[in-house]
Amino acid sequence: MYIIVQENDFDIDSEITRLYQGNPAIGAVASFVGLVRAEADNPVNALTLEHYPGMTQKSLESIANEALDRFNIMDVTIIHRTGFLIPGDRIVLVITAGGHREQSFLACEFIMDYLKTSAPFWKKETSPTGSHWVEAQKKDDVAFSRWGDDNMKNLKRDFKA
Amino acid sequence: MLRILYFARLRETFCLSFEEIPSESINTVSDLKFMLAQRGGVWSRELASDRAVRVAVNQEMAHDGDVIREGDEIALFPPVTGG
Repeated sequence: MYIIVQENDFDIDSEITRLYQGNPAIGAVASFVGLVRAEADNPVNALTLEHYPGMTQKSLESIANEALDRFNIMDVTIIHRTGFLIPGDRIVLVITAGGHREQSFLACEFIMDYLKTSAPFWKKETSPTGSHWVEAQKKDDVAFSRWGDDNMKNLKRDFKA
Repeated sequence: MLRILYFARLRETFCLSFEEIPSESINTVSDLKFMLAQRGGVWSRELASDRAVRVAVNQEMAHDGDVIREGDEIALFPPVTGG
């Protein structure tokens, strides 16, 4: 398991290679990369990502452990950036590695859905009209709820049980 | 004492990232929220029941009924928006 919160960018190819190298039982690696987005109706110039340093690492580790428990996968990488970013910059990388693709895909989606609703990061967008904190979206809660958990505390409870 | 941290919009609105307050008479997360809201102004507005405020006790997500103990680190913040 490789979990890190950092300001620096990451190299996707070397992170994927790092995860599967040395384990010949891995046959399927899935990955997700989240980017800073600028749209016609929301022309973002920059994004600042704040986090809760004492909690982020713990929170990402417990999400990764939960994915390793629930799905038939062998290893996980999560890299999340903080600080000042511009459109096109990478924000987050999730890589899951297992024997077959179905479980690797599922675990990757599960990690992103949990991260979006429970990892303590906050985005502040700057556009030509000013700066504002990004509001949490209902669709993220909906995506989270499909994994059969009523609330975030289930993560804590499952993990301790 | 309790160590209280504020993040993102709450940190900016309160002009405060950290404070220490005595733990007497604060037994649960909702006791703390109620006490902070009593400060009035931005405090009562941000901690009003229609605003979504998340709380973590000792770096784990917590709910209103969860118990707070002397020495705990409690963080208040808006719903998260990472990823």
